[in-house]
Amino acid sequence: MSPAKALGALLILFAAVPCLGAEITPADRRSGYADMSRETRAMEDDDTANPGMLSVLDGEALWNQKAGAAGRSCADCHGDAAQSMKGVAARYPAFDATRGRPVDLEGQINICRGDRQQAAPLRFESPELLALSAFVARQSRGMPIAPATDARLAPFTAAGRGLFNRRQGQLDLSCAQCHDDNWGKRLAGNIVPQGHPTGYPLYRLEWQSLGSLQRRLRNCISGMRAEVPDYGSPEYVNLELFLMQRARGMPMESPAVRP
Amino acid sequence: MARTLINVPPKAKRGQVIEIKTLISHVMETGYRRNEVGAMVPRDIINTFLCTYNGEEVFRAGLHPAIAANPFFSFFAVATASGKFEFHWTDDEGNVETASAEITVE
Repeated sequence: MSPAKALGALLILFAAVPCLGAEITPADRRSGYADMSRETRAMEDDDTANPGMLSVLDGEALWNQKAGAAGRSCADCHGDAAQSMKGVAARYPAFDATRGRPVDLEGQINICRGDRQQAAPLRFESPELLALSAFVARQSRGMPIAPATDARLAPFTAAGRGLFNRRQGQLDLSCAQCHDDNWGKRLAGNIVPQGHPTGYPLYRLEWQSLGSLQRRLRNCISGMRAEVPDYGSPEYVNLELFLMQRARGMPMESPAVRP
Repeated sequence: MARTLINVPPKAKRGQVIEIKTLISHVMETGYRRNEVGAMVPRDIINTFLCTYNGEEVFRAGLHPAIAANPFFSFFAVATASGKFEFHWTDDEGNVETASAEITVE
């Protein structure tokens, strides 16, 4: 084969590679839970061994504790979380009509604090915000992820999809290249997961603490050596929206445990 | 705020071997890390865990800096009589956290 022909064949090969990447079919979807060791799965399944449950109990105490100038607790408006918060985490982020944008669960907790309790917002990744979001998310455990079907969310979900598929950073990688095209293979010693947000906030053994989905997204983005948006940036909420759409129907595991 | 999670079977037969599981929230600061201005973060770990069964010591553990945050223990005991399991965790600052669980032995 002449060098020109070889180069041509190579170009065709490379042009064909991106076409291999396709979205995961519902039948192939799997939670990161399925790839964990037996011991780590047992830790997640046992409420007295799952360290995330410590935060859930803290969250329950905060739920009933009065806060802010209004002197109101979450329970004063929402009552029993087992009823009022059932399924809520499974359908967030949701569209906030007054703000004209979607908000995630953490964002909604802080909106409630500001508007209803007249309290200062809780800092991102603070133990209190993680505890409250873990407590709320726990009420949806086992329920299928069911993102809101609000038409106003569509442009934000599309933006999230765009971000997921866009190459970025010094490594010129997109989320999809790992989590759609190469899941199940290994990156260093670890199995590349499909990246479904089924268990947030979750306890990562590596972090030795609970962490939010935004913290996890920051990990990946800095791993791609791309510019990491600040906590609470709309990019994260858009991505969260898209990821929840992508994981539609998968059971909620919060608070999950991951290595 | 909740600090511990205890799992002791509420009922057991006399002579039965039972599994006991405990979890406590603690930072387990190793003493080998520096903070954002470069100063050493003082060590603060749970150094001793103790379990008594109706006042008698049945399990004791010494902990060291390599142990992760929120330490979890699982161990076994023989159910001899109805009564109380008591748990004590002591950290480097001298804080003692306690918890207890009742068991009925038939």
